[in-house]
Amino acid sequence: MLMLGMIARRVLGGLLTLLIVSVIVFVGTNILPGDATEAILGQSVSPEAVAGLRKALGLDLPAHERYLRWLAGLLSGDPGVSLINRLPVAQLIGPRLANSLLLTALTAAVAVPLALLIGITTAIWRGSLYDRVANVTAVSLVAVPEFLLATVGVMLFAVQLHWVSALAKPSIGSFTEALQNFTLPVLTLCFAVTAQMARMTRAALLGVLDSSYIEMARLKGVRPARLVLRHALRNAAGPIVNAVALNLSSLLGGVIIVEVIFSYPGLAKLAVDAVETRDMPLVQACAMIFCATFMLLVLVADICSILSNPRLRAR
Amino acid sequence: MALVEVSGLHVTAQGDGGAPTDIVRDIGFSIERSEVLALIGESGSGKTTIALTLLGYARRGCRIAGGSVRIGGEEVTAMSPVELSQLRGRRVAYVAQSAAAAFNPSLRLMDQVTEGVRMRGLMPRAAAEAKARDIFRALALPDPDSIGARYPHQVSGGQLQRLMAAMALMTDPELVIFDEPTTALDVTTQVEVLRAFREAVRERHTTAVYVSHDLAVVAQIADRIIVLRDGAMREVGPTGQILAAPADSYTKSLLAAAAPRPQQSPPQPETAEAPLLEVNGLIAGYGRIDRQGRLPMPVLRDISLEIRAGSALGIIGESGSGKSTLARVIAGLLPAAAGTMKLDGVALAPTLEARGLEELRRIQIVFQAADTALNPAHSVEHILSRPLAFYHRLSRGEQRRRVRRLLDLVKLPMALLDRLPSELSGGQKQRVNLARALAAEPALILCDEVTSSLDTVVGAAILELLAELRRELGLALMFISHDLATVRAVCDEVMILYAGQMMERGPGGVVMQAPQHPYADLLASSIPELRPGWLDGIDATRLAEARGEPARPSQSDRCAFVARCPVRAGSCETEPPPLRRFAKGSDVHCHRTEQELLAQQSSRTSAVIVPLRRA
Repeated sequence: MLMLGMIARRVLGGLLTLLIVSVIVFVGTNILPGDATEAILGQSVSPEAVAGLRKALGLDLPAHERYLRWLAGLLSGDPGVSLINRLPVAQLIGPRLANSLLLTALTAAVAVPLALLIGITTAIWRGSLYDRVANVTAVSLVAVPEFLLATVGVMLFAVQLHWVSALAKPSIGSFTEALQNFTLPVLTLCFAVTAQMARMTRAALLGVLDSSYIEMARLKGVRPARLVLRHALRNAAGPIVNAVALNLSSLLGGVIIVEVIFSYPGLAKLAVDAVETRDMPLVQACAMIFCATFMLLVLVADICSILSNPRLRAR
Repeated sequence: MALVEVSGLHVTAQGDGGAPTDIVRDIGFSIERSEVLALIGESGSGKTTIALTLLGYARRGCRIAGGSVRIGGEEVTAMSPVELSQLRGRRVAYVAQSAAAAFNPSLRLMDQVTEGVRMRGLMPRAAAEAKARDIFRALALPDPDSIGARYPHQVSGGQLQRLMAAMALMTDPELVIFDEPTTALDVTTQVEVLRAFREAVRERHTTAVYVSHDLAVVAQIADRIIVLRDGAMREVGPTGQILAAPADSYTKSLLAAAAPRPQQSPPQPETAEAPLLEVNGLIAGYGRIDRQGRLPMPVLRDISLEIRAGSALGIIGESGSGKSTLARVIAGLLPAAAGTMKLDGVALAPTLEARGLEELRRIQIVFQAADTALNPAHSVEHILSRPLAFYHRLSRGEQRRRVRRLLDLVKLPMALLDRLPSELSGGQKQRVNLARALAAEPALILCDEVTSSLDTVVGAAILELLAELRRELGLALMFISHDLATVRAVCDEVMILYAGQMMERGPGGVVMQAPQHPYADLLASSIPELRPGWLDGIDATRLAEARGEPARPSQSDRCAFVARCPVRAGSCETEPPPLRRFAKGSDVHCHRTEQELLAQQSSRTSAVIVPLRRA
């Protein structure tokens, strides 16, 4: 009962946050200088033409009315029509979103297990040579920005060695094709998030491994593998899931850079293009999707840590 | 042949890059089968370190550097990790000090209790659980059939400690190590847990090592005692001999510190002047007051007290009785929901913000944990200068002089002025903590468990210091403790709290004497006495009382102790208890009359062996 209440509160809080975010996104995009009429008609055009187009696009309405219309549209699954090419925003976003999700999912599929493995093993062999090397490597990788990794990767593996393509297409027709397309972008994204996740996993697990009940389990003769898997991990699950969720959500930021560098037709690339053309409905929709994804990940992490805590689960 | 043979044992700690330092050295002893050996000493004496070597274990940063530990003829120090995992929890079992911390919070109790036999494939799950339930029953755990399905946070501390013993006994180990197993428990809970352990050990002819700092507890359970200090053995001998005829000077000082101390302060003469602090009908707790004027979570209910200038009031209660809350309310840290407080006859505002500087100055509080009460980044001089500047606006030079006077007052050397709290011992920290309060030149100091985290000998020195300060400075004290002997050594008057209610209040000399409140009676009889056989002398009724779950504060007006009370009547369940003045000078909240309580309590004391007091 208590737990359901907590989860309900988290979900409500998430929805409220999204509402506030929608206001910020709307206000933010309206503050940007210039509007779509400029982008469509160019700078030197008669004021009448501008006024006509503004009326046609609904840009002449008061801001709060435009916001409410937009919000109603969002809620009914219709985020409006692109100002530039007059296509429904939903239609523009659909395939791009799928592409981005594919890239993110591939990255997560590689990064999460790898990070957990490194985090857990470094925690078990704390202070060993392996632990120290892994730590130094992780810190170095965290410090290197994604655009640098991506550019160096392209220069080395695509331009010099011709192992992979410098551009990434969202296609996984065959295994080799998938490798060709995805190796570089996925690796670039993996480097930063894996290092972060592994470090946070290690810290969470070390906190648990230092506790009295782990010492007690050792004194009961529990062997190391069982100690970590059965006694320690479930108590570190909350913080670990949070670390994973936080890093996956920071992946969204990395995706923008990686998609631009590799010309990958994903959502982030679409959003960047939309900002350039002042295509506000598209920018707004993309921003809302990014925020909603972030919220969702954090929410899932929260619920996981509530579920993993028996004090909240059973009372 | 002895089951355990230890010789020349040496354990070192490896500091950060420094040379290894000795934790224990030259330890040698043996334990015969079915013998219970106690390792006794204060913190830092190495008693737990030695006990852990019997499991072939040294804590992080420590190492068994030399010597031999043989169990059943096998050398433990030479065992491989695999051999050790077969020894630990199977042949040698461990019962940790704080069961609350030593149980995995996210596994069910039954899974943890039976893990040892299940993971070794010694028993199928059903048989293991059946055996566990038998042991639960033997240890007098409530609901033995269902308690295993719970998680650790769902059972009480005393039950967890017994569950931990059950976990140790599952594999019928050759040797069980009890590491301060009752130290974290309330005194009324301790009796019963101790009794359960002793029965289990006797019935199974278990060989055991019992680690403790408490001589009175050890006297009940051990056949032989090793006295340790600073990692070395001071004395070894049978329990009777150590208690009656200690040879070593340190053992003698331990015994002296543990024995009941005489009253140190003369009774205050009755004066007509207004009390320094007067508290009336205090109600405090947490949450917002509802429409009926009630608190959702009351911690203190209807507390009234008086403290005269220069006198000392002791507050006794178990954990959760609200004694620390009382100090916080008087200090203004937690505003009361109802009731009045007067300082020198003038109404005292409930919150800190509403009090004047002078009122703040006159009431000072000293917290239990000097570790956390002192700012770790400030030197001793800085810590003591602060209140001087704040309350007295002294100049720099004046501050320096006063700080030195304060150090002198609490008997600390000047050399400590530049030290940080982390560079002080526990006793020194508590003295600085006290000096900080004294710097304000208060009329009243609220002492919240100031000696509880200190070793007996160090704590006794702090108590002496407090008595001296009272004499010299005319300070009034409110002295909060769970330890009856400590309170009686310091205080003129004693108030006994249970679940936020006052049970009894009276002069220090007469509380804990029949006739008394039934809870006071339970408390007095639960404190282990320094003689073998005390535990056997406790009758079943008293154990049953102790077994009751400690009550949590509630909104109800009835007596909080009713569920555990051996003399409860129908009216106890419904009516709030009246306040009675007993002939001995105590005020008692009880439905029973003085005569009824006297009859019941004196008949019981005559049935039980009359407690022997050490000279």
